[in-house]
Amino acid sequence: MSGPNVAVIVFPGSNCEHDTVEALSTLDARGELVWHTQASLDGFDAIIVPGGFAHGDYLRPGAIARFSPVMEAVSEAARSGVPVLGICNGFQVLTEARLLPGALMRNAGGRFLCQSVECEVASTSSVLTANLSVGQRLWLPINHFEGNYTCDEETLQTLESSGQIALRYVSNPNGSIGSIAAVANRAGNVVGLMPHPERACTALMGSVDGRVLLESFVLAAADRTGSSGAVAAVAVTGA
Amino acid sequence: MRFAAVVEVGALEGIADPEAATIERALPLLGFDSVEHLRAGRIFRFVVEAGDAAAAQATAEELAHRLLANPVIQRAEVAVRPLGEGAA
Repeated sequence: MSGPNVAVIVFPGSNCEHDTVEALSTLDARGELVWHTQASLDGFDAIIVPGGFAHGDYLRPGAIARFSPVMEAVSEAARSGVPVLGICNGFQVLTEARLLPGALMRNAGGRFLCQSVECEVASTSSVLTANLSVGQRLWLPINHFEGNYTCDEETLQTLESSGQIALRYVSNPNGSIGSIAAVANRAGNVVGLMPHPERACTALMGSVDGRVLLESFVLAAADRTGSSGAVAAVAVTGA
Repeated sequence: MRFAAVVEVGALEGIADPEAATIERALPLLGFDSVEHLRAGRIFRFVVEAGDAAAAQATAEELAHRLLANPVIQRAEVAVRPLGEGAA
């Protein structure tokens, strides 16, 4: 029996899709590239919208990608509880598609940021952090110009009170409100984060802290489908 | 009829506008001591085919609010005017 099938959405200008598929393969999940014009995501247990510059980031990051044919299927899957993860540009796409609250603005300070940052788990009620502990700290790479998360005060209070803030930066690099690095929808099955967990999955890359996040996501996909591969993979790596 | 539409998109009040802030910081260096409250934005121009001005305005508004501006952080102002025959 194999692990869950994860659709990795590719827009013109996506550039982290292969890293994502590679990271998934080490977790005994199968990542499959899905071109953005595909209208159906039937047969997939989970969806990842990877990083990059979808449609050249013209207008605003994610603004055009949101209208790609595949996004209808992503929205439908999200509504039905399928785990959906947006990484970096994928996070921007999911906020533009209103699958996640808030928006991502140009970094405070006006600089493109490419560095490792420390993040802290703020809630475990998302598919990305379900297997972690509140307060757990992770070193993850960031690589973005528009990572400055914002939302109105009322939304922020809701995010806080319903445990939708999955990760916070220990030291805020980009001006995000509440130092938010990752945010989930109310149900916890849709999550977006600016850091790149797929780039922190082997010691060679400087950190393996991204692995626990993706493991948690893969496990949620496997739990949903009853597929046992990912569960076994987590047991092995946890040993 | 054809209408020329202009959509101006900018940051909502209370939302940081780092481009404007950077420009404004430079103003005293250039001697513009009397200028304040600078805001930056983008302008989109397009032509709408519609039965009347109200229909053109409605189309332009929908385009502005669904695509050109993100209402979470941006505002959009929309104006349309009729185009003369043969004008682009």
